Amino acid sequence: MTSQPNDDTLRDMHRRMVRIRHFEETAGKMMEDGKIPGALHLYVGQEAIAAGIMVHLADTDQITSTHRGHGHLIAKGGDFNRMYAELFGKATGYCKGKGGSMHICDMDLGMLGANGIVGAGPPIAVGAAFANKFKDNGAVAVTFFGDGASNEGSVHEAANMAGLFKLPIVMVCENNGYGEYTAQKNHQAIVDVADRAAGYGMPGVVVDGMDVVAVYEAAGEAIDRARSGGGPTLLECKTYRYYDHVGVRGMGLSYRTDEEVMEWKKRDPIDLFEARLSEQDIMSKDDMAAVHETVKGELDVAIQFANDSPMPDPSTLLDDVYYVA
Amino acid sequence: MAEAQTTEARTLPYVAAITEGIRQVLLEQENAFVAGEDVAGAGGVYGSFKGLLAEFGERRVIDTPISEAGIIGLGVGAAATGCRPIIDLMFMDFLGECMDEVANQMAKMRFMFGGAAQLPITVLTMAGAGLNLAAQHSQSLEAWLCHLPGLKVMMPATPYDAKGSIIAAARDSNPVFVILNKMSLGLPGEVPEDPYEVPIGVANIVRPGTNFTIVAFGRMLHEALTAAEDLKADGIDTEVIDPITLQPFDTDTVIDSVKKTHRAMIVHEAVRFAGFGAEIAAQIQELAFDYLDAPVARVGAPFSPVPFSPGLEPHYVPNAKTIAAEARRTLGL
Repeated sequence: MTSQPNDDTLRDMHRRMVRIRHFEETAGKMMEDGKIPGALHLYVGQEAIAAGIMVHLADTDQITSTHRGHGHLIAKGGDFNRMYAELFGKATGYCKGKGGSMHICDMDLGMLGANGIVGAGPPIAVGAAFANKFKDNGAVAVTFFGDGASNEGSVHEAANMAGLFKLPIVMVCENNGYGEYTAQKNHQAIVDVADRAAGYGMPGVVVDGMDVVAVYEAAGEAIDRARSGGGPTLLECKTYRYYDHVGVRGMGLSYRTDEEVMEWKKRDPIDLFEARLSEQDIMSKDDMAAVHETVKGELDVAIQFANDSPMPDPSTLLDDVYYVA
Repeated sequence: MAEAQTTEARTLPYVAAITEGIRQVLLEQENAFVAGEDVAGAGGVYGSFKGLLAEFGERRVIDTPISEAGIIGLGVGAAATGCRPIIDLMFMDFLGECMDEVANQMAKMRFMFGGAAQLPITVLTMAGAGLNLAAQHSQSLEAWLCHLPGLKVMMPATPYDAKGSIIAAARDSNPVFVILNKMSLGLPGEVPEDPYEVPIGVANIVRPGTNFTIVAFGRMLHEALTAAEDLKADGIDTEVIDPITLQPFDTDTVIDSVKKTHRAMIVHEAVRFAGFGAEIAAQIQELAFDYLDAPVARVGAPFSPVPFSPGLEPHYVPNAKTIAAEARRTLGL
């Protein structure tokens, strides 16, 4: 089915991962410093999933995201300026300051929104996939949800309908081992969420979510199947969330050990991938350093843009509650 | 409503008017589809989707699993990506199964996204007591929906208004709930054959009057009209207003009426406490306080779940008699 990623694709995925990592590190620091209002849920540690999947998608393919949504938007091609402006609550943000981190979206990129409600994305993605099939437009929807969300009724309903209607959708469970602050073993009796796929009449696949090439290959197969009319796949990516459910060490809760975090960081998705790119002579250390520097420069520009942007005018408060012809 | 004058009206039952409205939407909008429980093969449990599968095929008339969250979510996602879904929620009581999709997704998506999303979705649902279907299949929960910025809510009482509301809702590019009434399915009324809209947000003065205003919606409109006839005996010339749309609410028509009649009552089938009538009463006292000669009265169901027994249910739902009695009480007659 899907071929190995070529060198350009590998470099593309690397860049997407690095963009997510620096965006999130910077955002987390600014949140903890009180420079970003509200709450952020950071994607650090899970970058290989967004990058390995989104590199297969066109702007016409849709995704639904989660409360941990920055990484998905960045990997889908999100604009740093508009993202930072939104996190700052500015008028130039993706949502004109109406949504913030948890509702960030880019409809032109088919990014149908982060979502503040756990498990709310899959039914919406099923609707997008339904529309794709209805219009026979060849587009695929991908929905991201966590191990915690996999216990929500809405996810079961969506998965059942995806299987029943044989929709062009990939259901991606980012299993980071925790539903907020509760370990997976304390919130479900199974280890692999993909085991549930049989109950929805779709294949279930488990992949190492810290290995972007493994994600790329598994996602490619699932997306090809969806696009060619073969129906949905439940793709479970085993991963880890470096920071707390909210922020970096926002609440200082002792729900997991530092040793566990250190153990996962030994398999950091970017470190692993960079070692491989270097070994295979696809990118030199200098090439990779240049990517990091370029991304950091883009972030500086974006933060400046967000800082310089105006707050939304209070007169816009009631705009867009309704569509007005 | 001028559009309706172009064709001759026939008499149709409420349920057939619903079907005709949906059918004409499917004919006029190629991206419209109908999805819901039992809407295709069975033609709907009330018969309101009868014949649509045969005419439009399974691509556009879709039976779904019993998964209200999934169905509404499907509608939201499909609407956000260019379709114009008509979603059927078989009983209004099932809102509890999908309230996140309604309240947190459908109602808020456009606002949260800074206007980037457009959600042309119509939800049809069936409300109302009177058929001994007990507490979970008889409620009128319109107040739940009217409290959610981003939704429009219609509650047509007649065959004419049912068809025209469905067409107006489907042509609107916002989420619109059309709350129908299961006791009214056989109610006959004049319905023009051609498509027409009952404009959203425009109340209808169903019965003009001079010295008392009743605002009644849903099936209670008919009970209020009967009560109005009864009140004639006491010299009360009642103006009966059907708002048809509850959100956005046509405040002006009601206030203009109260300024003329100086006395008002609101009638709905839902539980009176914190019902939509409370909002209307509050608006009247805010905007027409100096014109009032009596307290604004409200008639609704008592603060109880809908009972099952034929011995109890008739005492729960307001009717022409209880409406007239409450009118006399509030008017000091």
